[in-house]
This record gives sequence, structure tokens and C-alpha cells, in this order.
Amino acid sequence: MLGRVTERETRPMRPTIGLPQALVYHKYFPLWGEFFSYLGADVAVSGPTDKRVLNAGLEAADSELCLPVKLFFGHVLELAQQVDFVFVPRIVAVEGDAFTCPKLLGLPDMIGALGERAPSLLSETFNMKRGMRDFYKSVYKVGSVCTDSSIKVYRAWRSGLRAQADYERQLLGGVTPLDVLGQGIPEKEPDLTIGVVGHAYNVYDRHLSMDLINRLRKSGGRVVTGEMLPPKVIERELQRLPKRLFWSYEKEVVGSAFHFIHTGDVDGIIFLLSFACGPDSLTQVLIEHEARKTSKTPMMSLVVDEHSGEAGMATRVEAFVDMLRWQKGRVC
Amino acid sequence: MRASFPHMGNIHLLMSDLLERLEVEYIVAPPTTTKTLEIGVRHAPEFACLPLKITVGNFIEALDTGADTLLMAGGTGPCRFGYYAETQKRVMEQIGLDFSMVTFESPAAHPAMFVKAFKTIAPDKSVLQVWRALKTSFAKGRCFDLLEKRLLQLRAYEVAPGSTTAAYEAGLELMSKAKSREQIDAAYAEALALLDEVPLDREREVLKIGIVGEFYMLLEPFVNFGVERWLNEHDVYLERSVYLTDWIGPSRRNPVLGVSDADVGRLAHGYLSHHVGGEGQATIGHTMKYIEEGFDGIVHLLPFTCMPETIAKTIFPRLARDMDIPVLSFVIDEQTGKAGVITRLEAFLDLLWSRRRAKGGVRELVAS
Repeated sequence: MLGRVTERETRPMRPTIGLPQALVYHKYFPLWGEFFSYLGADVAVSGPTDKRVLNAGLEAADSELCLPVKLFFGHVLELAQQVDFVFVPRIVAVEGDAFTCPKLLGLPDMIGALGERAPSLLSETFNMKRGMRDFYKSVYKVGSVCTDSSIKVYRAWRSGLRAQADYERQLLGGVTPLDVLGQGIPEKEPDLTIGVVGHAYNVYDRHLSMDLINRLRKSGGRVVTGEMLPPKVIERELQRLPKRLFWSYEKEVVGSAFHFIHTGDVDGIIFLLSFACGPDSLTQVLIEHEARKTSKTPMMSLVVDEHSGEAGMATRVEAFVDMLRWQKGRVC
Repeated sequence: MRASFPHMGNIHLLMSDLLERLEVEYIVAPPTTTKTLEIGVRHAPEFACLPLKITVGNFIEALDTGADTLLMAGGTGPCRFGYYAETQKRVMEQIGLDFSMVTFESPAAHPAMFVKAFKTIAPDKSVLQVWRALKTSFAKGRCFDLLEKRLLQLRAYEVAPGSTTAAYEAGLELMSKAKSREQIDAAYAEALALLDEVPLDREREVLKIGIVGEFYMLLEPFVNFGVERWLNEHDVYLERSVYLTDWIGPSRRNPVLGVSDADVGRLAHGYLSHHVGGEGQATIGHTMKYIEEGFDGIVHLLPFTCMPETIAKTIFPRLARDMDIPVLSFVIDEQTGKAGVITRLEAFLDLLWSRRRAKGGVRELVAS
């Protein structure tokens, strides 16, 4: 019923597979990009978000959805005409004891509800709660649009994992996904260190975040983010919570925020979240509560939605940076 | 220790019964009012969903009236509800309230924590005693649900306005007094008889509407502006997709509804092929069931920013087009007013009647 196509007959020899540059893209693009390339597919990535893509998403998506999901609709529609399939996985769980986000669980169904406007989707369910065997089965099903050889799919997956590990090593080394994508600007003699926390799809989308990372760099900040922290550190910080969070990506956001709050490695923290984000509405309480309790490091929460203006954002960021400098005693 | 708990439909009847069996001292929080909502909105996070805000209000009002221990349910996600208790705790600590909170985690996922929570509130009761109390209270709760289900089916036909509601309330009163299993069975039979004795006009032509959505919105009349009663009294036969004991019970068979979770998955397949937490898939699944049964329309209630229901709402336009069924979604938050809801419902009913007339002969639309 949904626009899901896996029939062998309709398989082009060398399919073009679209990866929307939204949601989990910043997290996993080396993995899937390499996977599909290895299998001989042409990989098309939708362009970075701009006003046109955003408007297409706003127009197609339900008005109650959160901004990143609306944006995802825009990216999918942009790819619709150019590719054989758009890759929209249903990522249910990436670890045994947590989910991703309900919206990711229902993502292929929401895109499918576009009806005739929906492109052919390449979609499988990835659920680590069901174990590795089930997970690999889904990998094979995805790979089978390009090849009948399960060995080849396996090799492609291994190659993808290597690319992903390499990417994550780079991030741990202190660069952001923006720098890897070539969208970041170099730092300018930074005199402040600012921790930026939030979902990768918000923070690294230059349009949605109104270029927060580059903006901070331009004003003399060195930006550190959650991706630069080893999983062990995040896990240790999460022990501060009496009840484990059941959303994997929120755990990363909360863990990195707690780390910045408690270590004092940074001069200030900016928490970027999008309006109507379900999990963030609660984790914002956890993070702000923790920051208030320790009150070592100043923190600012920035909430963005489709009506946010760049001027308002710029003013707040500038004021925050000035305040941090003043606190450091460098400007009087 | 004096325990209290948030409101949600008839949950206070069930909780009072259980706490009395366990000999726990408790108070029922003041009924949810606009004041409760205002307190909740003032302290709870801005874009949290409405149930969180109102239950914070319930808790604060309960503490004001002398409670010191707050009881709350937990959960394992992915719906936000599972993290409510932790959030509420921090929100209330931040405003300097002094209380302790006991969270009841799902007995299936965390049996040890579930038992521990009962040990905290009723230290001198054995596990067996707790289990028996739970079983009996639950059986009683199920009777409350069955009565409510019956009420929604009958009230559209009542001759004297308000007579079914009065009979239902009298039935609840009878049931509340029942203690032993025998008394519960007897009171239930009596309450059911009270409902069935209400004079009905069986010839009356009624619309059939399925009411679906998020459980708190469906169960709590304060937030849904009593739409069920309003619809019933405007000649609408109702079926609802959520009942309290089905929702809190560990069984996946949902005895009150008679539609298991597996059925829901099967019915929703193709539109929402995976569970998305909360009632998201149930909303779609039950809608499909109502369509199969020839219902005239669907009313969908959800709190603003509710993740699972927003997914369902995204899917509804396509489903409604494919299946040719009118669906009316209400996104409810603290700004929603009753007049707006009623106006839209009136228009919706007009639409449903005219569709029926077009389909082949039914009564003329009469302005009342």
C-alpha cells in the first residue's frame, strides 16, 4: 500500500538512491553513503537546507510536526524526481535498551501518507532490540535492491562500517560534522570555548540552526559538541539520572550537556532545540535543573521553529558571547 | 504518610479502592479545574504535552491539601509518558515543594521495581496480599469500564435527557461501595440493570462515530470538554478506542475493547506498520475497525506536540481519502476553548448527516 518497492523486476541495474540531508543524515551518512556506493548504486544527496526546501516541507507536512521532520519532508520531495528510491529507514532502536524517537519509528509511514507525491521508498526496519540477526536481515534487504549476492552486501556493510568508524574517529578528534562535510569555517583565534548541545539534525543544519556553529566561530569561539565526547564519558554522565532515558539520541544530548555542566571545560553552553520536540521538552528540564544546581557554567537554551528570525537569534548569541567574555574578565 | 495521585477519568475510583485494600492513608486530589490547569501551565515545561501540565497541577493541589507522597506510573518509552514522573519531580523540587514520589514501573519490564514501589507505600503487606488486592481492584475497575462502554452506546437513544448519565452515576456509586468479589459481581449486575432500565427510543436514527486518540484526552472529561456526552446527546452512538483497565493492565488482549494489540497492528498495517509508542498505532487500527463496521465518522483527540498522535494525524488525510471517511482531529492545549470545539463538532455532524442522506435516504436534516 505504501510506496515501498522491492520487486526484483522493477530493479534498475544501477539504481540511484537518494539520501535526504536531514534527520539521521549527519549521524550516519558515511555508513550508508559508502554502503550504497560499494554496491554500485548512484548516491544522490539532497542539497543543504535552504528556504525552498524548508517551504516545501512546511507545505507538505502536518503543521503539528516538529521542525526537523517537516524539513525531512522537504528533502524527500526534492529527491523525488531525481532518484529511483529515497532511502527512509525505520530506525526503531540502535541499542538494546532504548528507542530512537517515535517520529523515526513512524517516518516511512508519514512519508507514505504523501500518496502520489511520495517517491518510491527504500525502507526497512532496524531494531536492535530484536538482536543482530534481525538487524543484518534488514541490511540484506536494503542491499538487495542493488545485488543478489549476500556476500557483496556483507562486504558493502563492512566497508560502510569502516567509513563510519573513520568518521567517528575524526569527530572524536575535535571536528564537527560540518567540517567533514566542508560546510564549516575555520576558527578565528578563539578566546572562548563554547559547548553546543542538541540533536545533530538541528545543530548541523546550517539553515535550521541559523549557522550557529560558524556564527560562534566568527565571534571568536571554539565550539565543542557532543560528537567529540567518547561514548564512555556520555555513559558515565548519564549515571547522574535516577531513571535511564529510553531515547538513544536524547541520551547523547543529555550526557554531553551534563559533561559540559560538570567539568567546566567550557566557558558557556548553548542548548539548541526545536519547538514541539517531544523528548527535548522533558530533557530541557533535566538539563536546566542540572545547570541550575551546579551553577558553574552559564547556559542558554535556544528554541527554533519555522518562524524564528535570524536577527533575534544573532542578538541572543552575541549577547551570550559578550556575557561570557565579560565573565572571563577580558572585556570590561 | 498520606498518598495522592493525579486524576484521569475514573482512575480515582480504582486507586481509592486499591489503596483502601492496602490500608494506605490517601487523599483524592481536588478535582481538575481551570485553576489546576493554570498551576500546571505555570510550572511545567512550555512545550510538554498537556497531560503533563495538568498532572503537575493535580500534584501541587494534592500537596496543598495535605498529601506528602505522590504516586505516579512509569514506563519504558518511546512515548514521553514514561519519563513524566522524573520530570514532574524536578519541576516540583525546583519550586521548593517537599514531598516524596513513588513511581510504579511496568510490572512486565521491571518486576522488582514494581514490587519495591508497593513495599514503599504498604510496608506491612506481603507480595501475595498486594497481588490479591491488585487483582480484585482491577476486576472492579474493569466493571467501571464496561459500564462506561455501555453508557456510550445507550445514551444516544435516551428519552429523557440526562437519564442515562444519572443511571450510570448511580451505578458507579453502587460499585464503589462493593468490597468482596461477590459484592462486586452483584453491584455490577445491579448497575448494569440500572442502565438497561433507562427508557430508550430505539427507533431514533443516530450517527455512529468512533472516538480515537491519546488516552488522557479520551479519558479525562476536563480536557476533552465532555465531548462524549455532548455527542451522545446530539444523537451520536459512540465507540471509544481506549479504556482505563485495558490501558494500565499488563494484558495485550484488551478485554474491555475486545481488540488485542496484535489485531491493532494487523488493522493498521499499510498505514502505520509499526508501533510508535502511546496509542499512535491503536488510533489508526481502531479507525480501520470502525470503517469496517460502517461508522459514519471519526473524531480524533490529541494533545498539542503529542508524538505518537501527531504521526497518526499525519497519516489521517491519506487514510480518509482512501477509505472515504470523514475524520476530525482536535489538537488540544491550554489555549483550546470549548466553544471552538463544539462549533467544529456541529459542523462535522451536519456533514455526516448530509453524507448519510446522499447515500440513500435517511431523514431530512432538521434544525433543532
